[in-house]
Amino acid sequence: MSNDPIYTTYNQIVEQSLQHQNGIQNIPKIHLGLSTCGIAAGALETKAAFEASLQEYQVNVYLHTVGCMGHCYAEPYVIIDHPESGFPPVFYHNVTPGKANMLVQRFLLENDPCFEHVYGATVENELIPSVYEFSRFHRERRLVMKHCGQIDPENIHEYIAAGGYAALAKALHMDAKTIIQEIQHSGLRGRGGAGFPTGKKWQIASESQAADKIVICNADEGDPGAYMDRTLLESNPHQVLEGIAICAIAVGAKRAIIYIRSEYPLAIKTLTLAIAQAKSLGLLGSAILNTSCQVEIEIFQGSGAFVCGEETALIQSIEGFRGMPQHRPPYPVSKGLFNHPTVINNVKTLATVPLIIEHGADWFKQTGTPNTPGTAIFSVVGSVVHPGLVEVEMGISLRELIFTVCGGIPGKKQFKAVQIGGPSGGCLPDAYLDTPIDFDSLTQAGAMMGSGGMVVIDETSCVVDVTRFFLDFTQKESCGKCTFCRIGTRHLLDILKRITVGNGEESDIGLLESLSIDVKQGSLCGLGKTAANPVITSLRYFRSEYEAHIVDKQCPGKTCRPLIAYYIDLEKCARGCDACVGCCPTNAVFTTRTRKKGIDLQLCVKCGECMAACPPEYNAVRKVSPPHLAPVIERPPDTDTNLSH
Amino acid sequence: MEFETTDQDLITLYTICDQFTDKIIERGQLIPILQQIQEKIGYIPKEAIVKVSEVLSISQAAVYGVATFYNQFRFVPPGKYPIKVCLGTACHVKGADIILENFERKLGIKEGETTQNREFSVERVACVGCCALAPVALVGEQVYGHMAPSKVEGIFTQIEVKKQIEHKQTPNSEN
Repeated sequence: MSNDPIYTTYNQIVEQSLQHQNGIQNIPKIHLGLSTCGIAAGALETKAAFEASLQEYQVNVYLHTVGCMGHCYAEPYVIIDHPESGFPPVFYHNVTPGKANMLVQRFLLENDPCFEHVYGATVENELIPSVYEFSRFHRERRLVMKHCGQIDPENIHEYIAAGGYAALAKALHMDAKTIIQEIQHSGLRGRGGAGFPTGKKWQIASESQAADKIVICNADEGDPGAYMDRTLLESNPHQVLEGIAICAIAVGAKRAIIYIRSEYPLAIKTLTLAIAQAKSLGLLGSAILNTSCQVEIEIFQGSGAFVCGEETALIQSIEGFRGMPQHRPPYPVSKGLFNHPTVINNVKTLATVPLIIEHGADWFKQTGTPNTPGTAIFSVVGSVVHPGLVEVEMGISLRELIFTVCGGIPGKKQFKAVQIGGPSGGCLPDAYLDTPIDFDSLTQAGAMMGSGGMVVIDETSCVVDVTRFFLDFTQKESCGKCTFCRIGTRHLLDILKRITVGNGEESDIGLLESLSIDVKQGSLCGLGKTAANPVITSLRYFRSEYEAHIVDKQCPGKTCRPLIAYYIDLEKCARGCDACVGCCPTNAVFTTRTRKKGIDLQLCVKCGECMAACPPEYNAVRKVSPPHLAPVIERPPDTDTNLSH
Repeated sequence: MEFETTDQDLITLYTICDQFTDKIIERGQLIPILQQIQEKIGYIPKEAIVKVSEVLSISQAAVYGVATFYNQFRFVPPGKYPIKVCLGTACHVKGADIILENFERKLGIKEGETTQNREFSVERVACVGCCALAPVALVGEQVYGHMAPSKVEGIFTQIEVKKQIEHKQTPNSEN
């Protein structure tokens, strides 16, 4: 193998990458997560604090910026690796600038890891409990996201030193047919949501005799609650580039386009840099690893249209038109962008490809279920203790994912529903919590893998309101081509709006049901076909909530504002306490004759601020539904003079 | 609300479009050109539609049709302090619409609009991607997590203070 020209070139690059790592091996390191979510949580301020502090105390430390591990609840987090202290690398969560300053002084200078702030060690040891004892860490199965949060995405050498681009070197030794066979054998299914077998798609494209073929990486992640593609591109762009290159070699394409949302500026910046770095090392471009293989990758910025996640709409958008889906067939694999055969794969699918090529299809099939091998990445948000990105083995149950991995519902609230698959998915009640996670089981239950967005809803949220939210989204995003989608979603939304403000009629449920089916059947693309899913599933599993809204004018989750009212329990309210007065945005809180407080229901906008502000020892603010349950407290005519004296 | 395109913005627009004159530009360049205009000027002024249609030799309707189709393009100038309220799923569940309402009430404009003095604009965005901080609002690039209606007032006070500090620091340049 050593005489092999491809491996000789590759090994030279690896050698070069390892040398880059040499200089920093023996000094302490601070790994700081710096992706969009970390920055939003204040990671840049934390970084500045570390830099200032390190400068001030003259400590020689390598400040290593990495991507995101997906532990959103812990942002901004750092891992400090200080071997001389005798402690293992330690994970700290919610590191504020003040905490950063303290860690430099106490841990890096005085070898005291500040036990009260430690979240856990990142390796097994005898001094500090490891984070892997928490189910949020050990129940995850990180294959695709393995390097996310471990390596610096802006430095290609770190990816190569961790074994990156080895799969590309291996793929260059295989003929196209073998690569496709391997992917087919692995059973990899498209992670964009529909679950089409990836190998089959590649097979069709490779059989085409056309001279120019194109590979498109679909990074138009439009679900308003999912961000795993962004995290992958920000934290480990090279794995995706490697996957694209392998795909291009397999199907015989020389040109690849990454279609990415312009709302992801950091991901675009990281990708642009990554492409340039890979090209300069000869891993992309005109002669990959000194062979005759050629793959040019360019970036196209999408302009924020959910429907462009659909492949034919995406192609329209690149061609400079409104992103409207087209009839299929012809499928893009035979006639796509500018009429060339075009393979369109999701970011996660392409990021999985290098793993399959490197370790083999049989290795890949060891994880997951027989029909859906591999792992699934979810962004679990809403009412859970540990929200964030989780990568789990296909086939684990929803219950395990929500309650074991993500820590369940905070407080003592009850679980109500889980919404899977974003605007195209559905709401599942607790009876379905033991459903295994894979494409087929979720579809059977009425939900859908979709984008991988997962929203956990507790008893204080309203299913009808969440359904209205998703319909509001799809109605705005409907491209307008098909009448049923354009007008049907509009009417679905109008009916739902009417129900949530208390004007629903008993015939509305039947209307929703029949209209949902019409929209589903009368639409061309995935957006329209799935737009009614939230309505269909919520009606199936939560019909009683709809009935409560319509018949009793009551919102069981006490969320729909026209159906609730706030009042102050005079028994509990403390005389002279003003906590709720200042926080009211509309001056609706007044002082009664007894120097207690009351709420003027005419002025109240039902924001709930007074409830949050009321000191827990009084706990006097009540929320009721329907609103007429709130007792009327008269506002004394001379409130203003009362307040000032 | 109508806003006149400033001379400065027109110059920028013509400079961008001048790059493309005397060249054959493919239709596929339409969105990238519009993106470039929005990036430099902050929005798509009405003159841009005319200019771009000339550059690409397509109808104004085609340009306008594409520009209005995509959410990214805006046709009113953003405020000096653009306020974005995240209305992603996680934020919605935690009451983001109440936050948006508070901004709207405070400024007296609706989402997608800009105040007459071009100081503030309010818009809704879909998922900023920090769902653990929900509900979230952004002023410029600054992210405010765990928003509450009472924090809206605080944000305006903060901006006011910042303005005053800036004002104090720059009296010399004005004199």
